[in-house]
Amino acid sequence: MTSTYAVLSEGLEKRFGEVHALRGLDLAIAEGTVCGLLGPNGAGKTTAVRVLTTLLRPDAGSARIAGHDLVREPDAVRRAIGVTGQFASVDGDLTGRENLRLFAKLRRAPKAHARADDLLDRFELTEAAGRLASTYSGGMRRRLDLAASLITRPAVLFLDEPTTGLDPASRNQIWQAVRDLAADGTTVLLTTQYLEEADQLADDIALLDEGRVAHSGSPATLKALIGSYAEVVVAHADAMPQAAVVLDQLTGGEPHFDHERHAVGSVTTDPTLTLPRLVRELDAAGVPLLDASLRPPSLDDVFLRLTDSPTDRKDLVA
Amino acid sequence: MSALAYDTTAMLGRQLQRVRHNPGLLILTQTMPITMLLFFGYVFGSALAMPGAEYRSFLVPGLLVATAANGIMTGMFEAARDSHRGVMDRFRTLPMSRAAVPLGQAASDLVLTTAGMVPLLLVGLAVGWRIEGTAAEAVAAVALLMLFRFAMTWIGILLGLASQSEEAAGQLGGATFILPLLSNAYIPTDNLPGWLRTAAEWNPISAVTTAVRDLFGNAPVPEGAAWPVAHPVAGSLAWCAVLIAVFLPLAVRRYATGGR
Repeated sequence: MTSTYAVLSEGLEKRFGEVHALRGLDLAIAEGTVCGLLGPNGAGKTTAVRVLTTLLRPDAGSARIAGHDLVREPDAVRRAIGVTGQFASVDGDLTGRENLRLFAKLRRAPKAHARADDLLDRFELTEAAGRLASTYSGGMRRRLDLAASLITRPAVLFLDEPTTGLDPASRNQIWQAVRDLAADGTTVLLTTQYLEEADQLADDIALLDEGRVAHSGSPATLKALIGSYAEVVVAHADAMPQAAVVLDQLTGGEPHFDHERHAVGSVTTDPTLTLPRLVRELDAAGVPLLDASLRPPSLDDVFLRLTDSPTDRKDLVA
Repeated sequence: MSALAYDTTAMLGRQLQRVRHNPGLLILTQTMPITMLLFFGYVFGSALAMPGAEYRSFLVPGLLVATAANGIMTGMFEAARDSHRGVMDRFRTLPMSRAAVPLGQAASDLVLTTAGMVPLLLVGLAVGWRIEGTAAEAVAAVALLMLFRFAMTWIGILLGLASQSEEAAGQLGGATFILPLLSNAYIPTDNLPGWLRTAAEWNPISAVTTAVRDLFGNAPVPEGAAWPVAHPVAGSLAWCAVLIAVFLPLAVRRYATGGR
């Protein structure tokens, strides 16, 4: 393998009739990292995964997965990847054990039966191994999906919304499995609706909007793009304009007033602004301070701000 | 073993396991012809010019062929059930032979329906049907039934993969019961009006039914019929060859591309 990128795509395009689902998707995912693919509904996340896993042929552009050309060497790509998600799942008409044995055979795993039993054990499915997969709970089903993708260790694992609809305990189990895989050197591309999930797991994030990557970088980089939110609560409404003047000097951002709570807030991208300094300056100006906070943005804020997602929560960060 | 043979064997195993867990459709499609044999043989048979025992001998080969023609319905149903579920996409992301999934389905169908002929033949024997030709001809009749089933299954797989939903496939598949009614499976076509007789005799079911009746020695080849019925064995083989040559590649291609 010549590239150090496990996934490298340039200008991938995909149309479905009138719908232009991918409009030049460029991705570069370094080996052994976890990349979170985020974006509002309809941004092209699932189409991107389907193209990168050989399920859809791109209309234009190129990509290499684990060093193999997506269009010219689809079988080499298929040998290198594992896919788990909303669309690629297991056979509900077979038991958990039968599913894993089948996939182990199709992957030519040596000692297919033993490999299936190992995975059942590792994902705590041994007890349910003889039941039809269609009778599994959501969490068990997703663990079986994931186990089926790990028969032979994939170089690149694609997870399409792996924890959608799961309870927190099941979600934590999937998260731990993903962390273990990443620690072992598997590259993971993950789409998710949960920003906390991306924040927890991803080394890098690609924010998709209208079929292309709008922003990318580490969660910290993306958060720095939109800045922290400074907010102070004062003793009475009369002090609010004075607090706003000081905040304006410190942050340069447009102040937001919450008259009910006597709070004034503003966005800052100045990394030298710390909470002690904020408090000192306000105190020095004689502002009757009750509370002050300097909150780093959540990934939710990043998402809402950078994808033009139509929502009334924009006022949190704008 | 070649990759295709290995993957097909794995998929055949999968299909057999699925039927073992959920044998409802198999039991229904295999007991239906027995019910029809008893109903048609004794209820309709009493109203026909042909004596009852002779009609039941005539009917058993017809029901065997009509059951084989059900391969369209079963093939559609099974393929649609797969294609609208996530497991098909997982198969497509595996480094396996593209043709193995539909081939495995067709192979398992053949195994199950060949075994399924036995109860119908036993009930046939009980109501007076006999093998009146040679043993070799009887084996040829069974082989022809298997070949015809295989051909019908590929039509079903293609239609099932192309169908919009499992429900749509179920409804359209159910409508295929009409096909044997437009053939000589249940009645002789001699007395049909001219154009209907021609249509019925060009129905592949008629050629195969005539061949099976001839090979089992149950009824002679009718005089003055259309070519596939007048030369039933050659006609049947030609029909099967044409249907397989058309529908097998189309179904495999449809599966491989997933309509993308």
